[in-house]
Amino acid sequence: MPEPRAPSPLTLVAELSYQCPLHCPYCSNPLEIGAETYRRELETEHWLRTFRQARGLGVLQLALTGGEPMLRRDLVELCAGARRAGLYSSLITAGTLFTRERAEALKAAGLDHVQISIQSPDAAENDRIAGNRSFAKKIAAARVARELDFPLTLNCVLHRQNLDRIEAVLDLALVLGAQRLELANTQYYGWAVVNQAALMPTREQILRGEEAVRRFRERVGPAVDVLWVLPDLYESLPKPCMGGWGRTAMVIAPNGDVLPCQAAATIPGLEFANVRERPLEWIWNESEAFDRFRGTKWMQEPCRTCPLGRQEVDFGGCRCQALRLTGDAAATDPVCRFSAHHDRVVSAREPVAADEFVYRTVKRPVRA
Amino acid sequence: MTRPRLVTGARLHYDEVREEHVLLVPEGVVRLNPTAAEVLELCDGERSLEEIVRALSARYDGADLGDDVHGLLDAMAQRGLVRDAGA
Repeated sequence: MPEPRAPSPLTLVAELSYQCPLHCPYCSNPLEIGAETYRRELETEHWLRTFRQARGLGVLQLALTGGEPMLRRDLVELCAGARRAGLYSSLITAGTLFTRERAEALKAAGLDHVQISIQSPDAAENDRIAGNRSFAKKIAAARVARELDFPLTLNCVLHRQNLDRIEAVLDLALVLGAQRLELANTQYYGWAVVNQAALMPTREQILRGEEAVRRFRERVGPAVDVLWVLPDLYESLPKPCMGGWGRTAMVIAPNGDVLPCQAAATIPGLEFANVRERPLEWIWNESEAFDRFRGTKWMQEPCRTCPLGRQEVDFGGCRCQALRLTGDAAATDPVCRFSAHHDRVVSAREPVAADEFVYRTVKRPVRA
Repeated sequence: MTRPRLVTGARLHYDEVREEHVLLVPEGVVRLNPTAAEVLELCDGERSLEEIVRALSARYDGADLGDDVHGLLDAMAQRGLVRDAGA
């Protein structure tokens, strides 16, 4: 077999639909979710073919996400197709539609893992942040998942308005029998940018959160795997966004566009190939969008002569963040303390005391 | 560890693209050498640790594999990938 030009991907993030009953103000979906381009969702056959092509390329992990993936009527068929293709499938859901009947059908089809989000461990606060009365349904969904012996991940996106309840989130994971807990501090893409002033936590909240996680790990051990991701803006060295551009993962939007990351559509001038028109292998190996920031050849200073030799550790960080904070998608991620624009990250840490949200909606697209 | 089993949701898989054994877990892939894959295949929550060691030893001309098996399973348990069905 000839050596492939690009490394082989491990993960496919399949955004099945941008429709969602929730209105979370930090949603990572594009602000244009209501736009015409996303209304033409892929057909079942497109997805099934794409899953087979993904496995052929090396993908092992499939995340079925959205929006709300359970709004797809063919979800059971998609799970069965993923299993036939040899993929390990995770359903990333808000949980409100995860009834026993549908959960049993998904289990029988071969769905491997269920991740359920909560917006807060407090029912009223959960419903306020989600913009939808959903907490009780989420808890019921988590119980159904465990009764059917699905491995359960509980996910809670953290920000200033719920970070002080982190101990209750940790306890809830234990009570519900989750084996993983994702404590994802808000990353500022998509709708979170619009709501940054209402979401940005204080340094004290972050430190208390970190301490709560440390104590929980000590107490509970490996029974619950807690993922605690520090908000980027509080770091001084960047993360390898998506594990490096075009290196381990790809994202497919509901309309079939294939992206190197969820937010890549914000980068002007990038054209995304579509699985309706091109095989996934071509898109991964040959398309311009995947090649643009792959590896290290595109890097400018200070990345090019990184004093810490981290070019292949962080791959220059996040391209979308570089664009948003410096105006240049090929700049060093300003989270990096060697970036000439690092002061913009430092000043973004100052929380503004405005708690009002702009809710995610397809009806009234909001311009950032 | 008395009767080891894989954590809920873990699946052993042979990756034909990379030609290697892997353990698939929620949102993760653990690469395995062929021996580790053989050990984990026996971790069904029914067999005792001694039975697993004996079964492997029989396959490898009676070699003493006790330390290797214990070492592997301890490391996997530390990472939350193997649980004790007897606990």
